[in-house]
Amino acid sequence: MTAFILRRSLQSVFVLFVMSLLVFIGVNLVGNPVDMLINPEADQAEIERVIRDLGLDRPVTEQYWYFLVNAFQGDLGKSFVFGEPALKLIIQRMPATFELALFSLLIAIVFGIPLGIYAGLKPNSKISKTIMAGSILGFSMPTFWVGIILIMFFAVHLGWLPSTGRGELGTFLGVTSSIFTLDGLSHIFLPAFNLALFKLSSVIRLARAGTREIILQDYIKFARAKGLSESRVINVHLLKNILIPIVTVIGLEFGSLIAFSTVTETVFAWPGMGKLIIEAIYNLDRPIVVAYLMIIVFIFVTLNLVVDITYSFLDPRVRIKGEA
Amino acid sequence: MTPILQINDLKTHFFTKAGVLKAVDGVSLEIGAGEIVGLVGESGSGKSITGFSIIGLVDAPGRIVGGEILFKGQNLTNLSPQEMQQFRGNRVAMIFQDPMMTLNPVLRIETQMIEAIQAHDPSISRTDAHARSRDTLGLVGISSPEERMRAYPHQFSGGMRQRVSIAIAMLNKPDLIIADEPTTALDVTIQGQVIHEMQRLCRETKTALLWITHDLAVVAGIAERICVMYAGRIVEQGLNTKVISNPIHPYTRGLLGSVPAQNRRGEPLQQIEGMVPSLLNLPEGCAFQNRCSLLTERCSLTPPDVTKTDDGRLVRCFNVTQGDTA
Repeated sequence: MTAFILRRSLQSVFVLFVMSLLVFIGVNLVGNPVDMLINPEADQAEIERVIRDLGLDRPVTEQYWYFLVNAFQGDLGKSFVFGEPALKLIIQRMPATFELALFSLLIAIVFGIPLGIYAGLKPNSKISKTIMAGSILGFSMPTFWVGIILIMFFAVHLGWLPSTGRGELGTFLGVTSSIFTLDGLSHIFLPAFNLALFKLSSVIRLARAGTREIILQDYIKFARAKGLSESRVINVHLLKNILIPIVTVIGLEFGSLIAFSTVTETVFAWPGMGKLIIEAIYNLDRPIVVAYLMIIVFIFVTLNLVVDITYSFLDPRVRIKGEA
Repeated sequence: MTPILQINDLKTHFFTKAGVLKAVDGVSLEIGAGEIVGLVGESGSGKSITGFSIIGLVDAPGRIVGGEILFKGQNLTNLSPQEMQQFRGNRVAMIFQDPMMTLNPVLRIETQMIEAIQAHDPSISRTDAHARSRDTLGLVGISSPEERMRAYPHQFSGGMRQRVSIAIAMLNKPDLIIADEPTTALDVTIQGQVIHEMQRLCRETKTALLWITHDLAVVAGIAERICVMYAGRIVEQGLNTKVISNPIHPYTRGLLGSVPAQNRRGEPLQQIEGMVPSLLNLPEGCAFQNRCSLLTERCSLTPPDVTKTDDGRLVRCFNVTQGDTA
């Protein structure tokens, strides 16, 4: 197991390196940040001073080299716009994004698994068909559009829930989050549901497909032949087996949940890192864009590792192979 | 001997889109306490469905449409789903064909055993249930059962897994075990061990056994009585020795003729011509008529009733003359 983790960590470092190279070249191609940063009425001397201050007069290779050297010391550059370290700015916004992503994940699991199992057990009932039709909608409707519709309906038309911001924050066990206050909860619900919709649909479909497959297995019939109650058969014998693919997909896609939160955060003005990156792209704030993408890659790589480890706990057959 | 299980004219039909599939169509069968009965037939003859009907686990679109299953005089077909669930695995247990598939791959053996005890006796403590499970595991010939309790199914070989399923079936000391081809998926040496073990256990615990198989040789070695099934009906039923040494029904004869035997060394094996008719579209009259060597005009008009021969055998054939049974 240790060798496995070590090998994976080394691979991760390599992935991060390649990613940084691609991102660095990419942001250098998309436009000149000086045009955005400088007062249009500034004179030539002023422009050149700014360019020199930002280090943009050096060749790209040299800029990249400095970036790498600093990155190894934990410095991913200073934001052009805010003049503060990019990493610090992103980390400040991280809790808001994580709280949104985790809450969405919770919605997807808590509703997705039971709905999917139900649809799998009774594939021909009206309710199951409604659930499956709903999941197709959840898959195919664009997130930003659903977000706007949610705001129009629940915030504007009905006036039940607020449409922007994180609301009041509460602290519980040293963690500050909006889910610990009633006001915060009312703020997180719409964006979290918006973000969860896609994930919820895929959990429903996975749970349904798993149920349809597992329910036909001999060990389910054998469990019934032992005289177990139907709830024990479903909640233990079936659930533990369908969880294997669901955990894999949920884990791997948690990264995309964080990455895709940019759209939801923009629609609901949620002060997370997704909103920060969108603003940084508008302003061609290169260090923030680079730092953000590096962090996202880091999250993806870490999640992959965590999923592989979790997987071995869920499926005893994998555990043995790992030890051998 | 008072029968613990008495099946009278059982009919289990499947209502498919293509039509009504009569998987079991008028099966009558008795099993005495501690008796070993072999139920033989080809794939699709309805032998497994008979087993599943007894424990009330016929999958949709199938259901029992007629007849009764009396267990110690109580009709199981009238039980509510809850009563049936309490009955399953308690008084009648079942073992399946493929030991690789019958144990849940993600649960420890102890979990799968203890739950089977606690399902029928919620008051029993985990410790007691664990002890009983471990002892039963030892009983079926698994060495160091205490350690093996913590193992997962994939850590056992096929034969060992089948022993575990047998142990699970025996946990609640049932009166009857239905074994649905329990040795088919095992290789021959393991097969022999498992059969021997089952026979010993059933004798020691006075558990009756309904052994469902397509393998006449297996049944000839273990059963006291044999029932031969064809297209949803039992065509011949009688004492093991009688059926094997002197089969009456042309189907039983055909089956026995197609098994290699020492006293017919060098001769070509016989085979039964033709195919089993589709259960969706059974012919009028006897289901075996298209493959029968003794075909007469009556056979295609009405299905033959059960005839009792002098030596107590029950046969569904018009052409049973007393001369055949002598």
